[in-house]
Amino acid sequence: MKATPPPEILQAPLVVEFPFTRSLGPVQSAFLTGLRERTVLGVRTETGEILVPPVEYDPATAAELRDLVEVGVTGTVTTWAWNPEPRRGQPLATPFAWVLVRLDGADTAVLHALDAPGPEAVRTGLRVRIRWAAERSGAITDIACFEPYDSDPVVEHRPHDGLFADSVTGIVAPARLDYTYSPGAAQTRYLRGLAERRTVGERCPSCTKVYVPPRGACPTCGIATTDRVEVGPAGTVTTFCIVNIKAKNADIDVPYVYAHIALDGAGLALHGRIGGIPYDQVRMGLRVEPVWSEDGRYPDHYRPTGEPDADYDTYKELL
Amino acid sequence: MRPDREVAIVAFAQSDHRRRTDDLSEVEMVMPVLHEVLRQTGLKTSDIGFTCSGSSDYLAGRAFSFTMALDGVGAWPPISESHVETDGAWALYEAWVKLLTGEADTALVYSYGKSSPGSVRDVLTRQLDPYYLAPLWPDSVALAALQAQALLDSGTTDEPALAAIAARSREDAAENPHAQLRGARPQGGYVVRPLRTGDCPPIGDGAAAVILAAGDRARELCARPAWIRGMDHRIEAHSLGVRDLTDSPSTRLAAERAGAFDAPVDTAELHAPFTSQEVVLRRALDLDDSVRVNPSGGVLAANPVMAAGLIRLGEAAARIHRGDSDRALAHATSGPCLQQNLVAVLEGENRA
Ligand SMILES: [Zn+2]
Repeated sequence: MKATPPPEILQAPLVVEFPFTRSLGPVQSAFLTGLRERTVLGVRTETGEILVPPVEYDPATAAELRDLVEVGVTGTVTTWAWNPEPRRGQPLATPFAWVLVRLDGADTAVLHALDAPGPEAVRTGLRVRIRWAAERSGAITDIACFEPYDSDPVVEHRPHDGLFADSVTGIVAPARLDYTYSPGAAQTRYLRGLAERRTVGERCPSCTKVYVPPRGACPTCGIATTDRVEVGPAGTVTTFCIVNIKAKNADIDVPYVYAHIALDGAGLALHGRIGGIPYDQVRMGLRVEPVWSEDGRYPDHYRPTGEPDADYDTYKELL
Repeated sequence: MRPDREVAIVAFAQSDHRRRTDDLSEVEMVMPVLHEVLRQTGLKTSDIGFTCSGSSDYLAGRAFSFTMALDGVGAWPPISESHVETDGAWALYEAWVKLLTGEADTALVYSYGKSSPGSVRDVLTRQLDPYYLAPLWPDSVALAALQAQALLDSGTTDEPALAAIAARSREDAAENPHAQLRGARPQGGYVVRPLRTGDCPPIGDGAAAVILAAGDRARELCARPAWIRGMDHRIEAHSLGVRDLTDSPSTRLAAERAGAFDAPVDTAELHAPFTSQEVVLRRALDLDDSVRVNPSGGVLAANPVMAAGLIRLGEAAARIHRGDSDRALAHATSGPCLQQNLVAVLEGENRA
């Protein structure tokens, strides 16, 4: 059986995921709480325009806006776009139309999805109504989508105090973005070296400094690092700290030592954990060597070599 | 209003824009264009008075990627430096202001974007209003399609006219060795109707850099500097439903304040990622058929997000450097449906 050769370029999936937590001002709080209660609120400008969705400041004059009104749940499509392939997170999983809808009584339009059988069923001027989500929490997604609905436009709106029991004061919008990470040429070379249990830095052709790990450029000279230089395996602790708080997902018992380690031949220190020695005996100048991870892909930590400590003068430039 | 100090674009370089650059980190992609503008001017990093860059970590999902990219500048010992989390055209604006204050005589501006590691249509949803828009994940093509439909409904344009813009752009790009889509190609099917594949920009990675210099320094560094006669940027109301999507009053206002209407331009480099947006911009800027629009092929031929606007300024300047233009307009945009717009007016001095 032949082993599959590794791909030329290293790649790995990378997911960036975070909850986006935002507080709401008085206008947005009233609007989003209103949606929970199947009530759509707008805000009146000084010139009498009704903005839906409402904002706190007039887009034209920057005047503070607080004068809330209730508008209809039916409206008119002002523009549309047929989306044949819905993407993750979008309001509907089946093909739908993006629409801007001017609700009856409003002067501006709200963006949402329109559930329609196909693009031939959609046009600007189409009459629609809100389809409410079954579960509502005080968010724009409390509107599940719009649906076609024949009705006569009405222009009425009525004042609303914006007060609801248990008004929402914030939103949490979960965000997730998926990437395929590739580290570039210099870091790929470095990672391939590590897989062979070799630490290979790169030398700046101008100032001759050896960067470990290399990132592709010398930040002093602004040029590409070129020559590959194997360093270590042993090195010297240049400085360190004692970690007393357990990091999430880390299965290392505290306290432990995290150190800057100048590998022999390197022009700067890298960082790594120190093991194989009580945490309170680690010191500047301690000579250490890598202990490779079980799969041999990277140094899991560094342990003392047993050599005499390095003289301060040998590493003082690397602090 | 004419600025007090004369500042010019004296050098411009860009990468060959590609669908993917998996073989390069950001700094590895940026460094060649930095070296190229330095080579054109004969300047060294230490000669540069101010450095400003534009990029977004969201594109490639790499936190603080712009600090890594700074390695390519030679930023140690510390330099006078700034960064904007938007298109590099706004980095150029910041550098221009810095030079106008007299605090520096030269500036290096660069920007880069790697869209290939992620899904740029989805990434760009994260720049939207977090209360009313972002939870719906309306992607960049969908929002542009709403604008395009509004244009079609208004009778301002039609699908054949949009297809003609697509074809002209890619045909022009055949002469541009850096472009990603060089030469005409079929319009294809609807991505989000009414926008077809051909109406949308390619997705790709790339970088660009320019050097600015003031007064006689500019004349020393460049045979025919592209003088910035005016530059301004303006923004629309952030709610899409408040705007008239068929118009771009912010572009018109920025152009007025940049002096674009004081005299005719012969060239315009417009940052119009979608064919329909070129229609909006031409109207807002009163560009008639006598103006050469996007001779580079524009963003429809290469769209390294965050660099594409800076490249419009660079392409316009390079045309002046070559003597192909005497007075050019450069435009950059940011955000959905031409949300924010920057206009610069560049001029070459009459040749002896
Ligand atoms: Zn160096």
